[in-house]
Amino acid sequence: MELTLRDALRDAMAEEMLRDKSVFLMGEDVSQYEGAYKVTRNLLKEFGPKRVIDTPISEHGFAGVAVGAAFMGLRPIVEFMTFNFAMQAIDHIVNSAAKTLYMSGGQITCPIVFRGPNGAAARVGAQHSQCFASWYAHCPGLKVIAPYDAMSSKALLKAAIRDNNPVVFLENELIYGKKGEVLEDQDYIMEIGKAAVLKEGKDVTIVGFSRMLDVAQAAINEVEKQGVSCELIDLRTIRPLDFATIKQSIQKTNRLLVVEESWPFAGIASEIIAQAVEHCFDYLDAEPVRITGKDIPLPYAKNLEAMALVSVEDVKRGIYKLLNRPA
Amino acid sequence: MKNINYKDIYKQMLLLRRFEERAGKLYKMNEIAGFCHLYIGQEAIVCGIRALIDSTKDILITTYRDHGHMLALGMDPKGVMAELTGRIGGVSKGKGGSMHMFSKEKGFMGGHGIVGATAPLGTGIAFAQKYNETGGISISFMGDGAMNQGQVFESFNLASLWELPVLYVIEDNGYAIGTAKGRCCAGGELYNRAEPFGIPGRIADGMDVDSVIEIAQWGIDYVRKNCKPAVIQLSTYRFRGHSMSDATKIYRTKEEEEYMIQNRDCLKILQQKIQLSDSVIDQYEEEIKKIVDAAEEFALSSPEPDASELYTDVYSA
Repeated sequence: MELTLRDALRDAMAEEMLRDKSVFLMGEDVSQYEGAYKVTRNLLKEFGPKRVIDTPISEHGFAGVAVGAAFMGLRPIVEFMTFNFAMQAIDHIVNSAAKTLYMSGGQITCPIVFRGPNGAAARVGAQHSQCFASWYAHCPGLKVIAPYDAMSSKALLKAAIRDNNPVVFLENELIYGKKGEVLEDQDYIMEIGKAAVLKEGKDVTIVGFSRMLDVAQAAINEVEKQGVSCELIDLRTIRPLDFATIKQSIQKTNRLLVVEESWPFAGIASEIIAQAVEHCFDYLDAEPVRITGKDIPLPYAKNLEAMALVSVEDVKRGIYKLLNRPA
Repeated sequence: MKNINYKDIYKQMLLLRRFEERAGKLYKMNEIAGFCHLYIGQEAIVCGIRALIDSTKDILITTYRDHGHMLALGMDPKGVMAELTGRIGGVSKGKGGSMHMFSKEKGFMGGHGIVGATAPLGTGIAFAQKYNETGGISISFMGDGAMNQGQVFESFNLASLWELPVLYVIEDNGYAIGTAKGRCCAGGELYNRAEPFGIPGRIADGMDVDSVIEIAQWGIDYVRKNCKPAVIQLSTYRFRGHSMSDATKIYRTKEEEEYMIQNRDCLKILQQKIQLSDSVIDQYEEEIKKIVDAAEEFALSSPEPDASELYTDVYSA
């Protein structure tokens, strides 16, 4: 069955709510309005106001309420209208959700999913355009997922809802409408912590997640015309990181490029390159390359915004640099 | 109204007092480290409230000043003290420390170190109580200092909007660490700060167990009967510093401290009220000394957590 990513996410929630009565959804405009990005379409009709709950604009408060409910064994799905606003709630995500299992000596679990669009949308300026993958991936106790296609969106969201740990589930507004084949099997879930090789190749390993894989694909298509063969890895899960899959690919291609929407400093690309240097130094034939968003708050002006975000040209330049070839 | 056994309450308050004194002693001996917030002076609040709750279904959650709450709920003093000394026999296997202990069995959801966090977490506990139709309520403790955190007001709004069974208990000891209430809380008292959200609030003397019981009974009944939130503010005083590392002389006068300790000690007030004889008190002291001695002995003899514990409990299976 072909579904948009938006509907795949919706179906994942609907199926899990049907399966387990302790699952409920809360967030701004998730109920009557059916989600600012229509990811929660029909859920109010299907499950009623007890389980599909509109919140006031109080991220700090309702995230804390959801964590408290999760301590009691419920399985909240918290939708943030965007992850930009989750900064108001990050104290509860990190201090309350991620750490309590450890602080309680294993006694108190926190089965909760924080989900919503992450990263830059289009022309919405600096405060509404940020990728938080590295912020959350930094924290032990959290799992962090950032799916790219409809199938993994559905299967990983279902896995996240069933997981007994707090999961930060980073979606992307710009790819909500992208269609993809989705298995109809309601019991199919994907294992959290597994990357996928989207495309096999032999010259360069390219690692990315979420919408950056679109950019990487476009770059790969172009360099292929010049005879360059790239292997593309979709991380899917950022924490725990599936470095084994990356390593296997590096051992084949001997060249690593990581593409990340966010800023370069202390990012996911930095982490992957650090691990590559630590664990596969001898397999690297060139210095690893990271292609990231520019190190600035995202500008509004069309031309400046385009320059600030990762472009196909940026990725191509990275590939040629790795191969020590002129573009 | 439940039958109140004041002798039991007195004995429990005395246990909290002596336990905390011992914890303070062990801290000075470097057996306990880090932040250690003693409950000395405030015992009437949790012991009074404890006498009224339905322990089969009500859940408590509190701040980092949590040792007293755990003892009042019947958690083993040995486990609490061993957590303070960072040993494997501690409630959290030594991995939580003074501020982070929990007991599902006793209905205690921590032990939280971030000021104000217990308001939404406690509201979430009430959400789950209502969602699961347990009939239980959530009792969410915070200090006067927490009352200036935005998340507390967000919680009031959510609890009222969703009609959640949560009793917010403000333990007002007058100082947000070193800042007196009048220097950080605009508008006077705190119990009425939830009124604009449609939540009733009352204030009482937190040093007099009787007045604690009276107001808490009102609050608990209101919350349980109406499935709606309420606020109670209890005026109290901590006889020690904010934590063991706090020198109170910077912000409180010696005269004020002495006055409160001499005239407003909840133990003395209750003792006079129920006319406890010296011989009964001596007997209690003796029993409690044994409990606290045993807790200390356990806390010092239980081994440190094994190195293998370092990476456990980060994720749940």
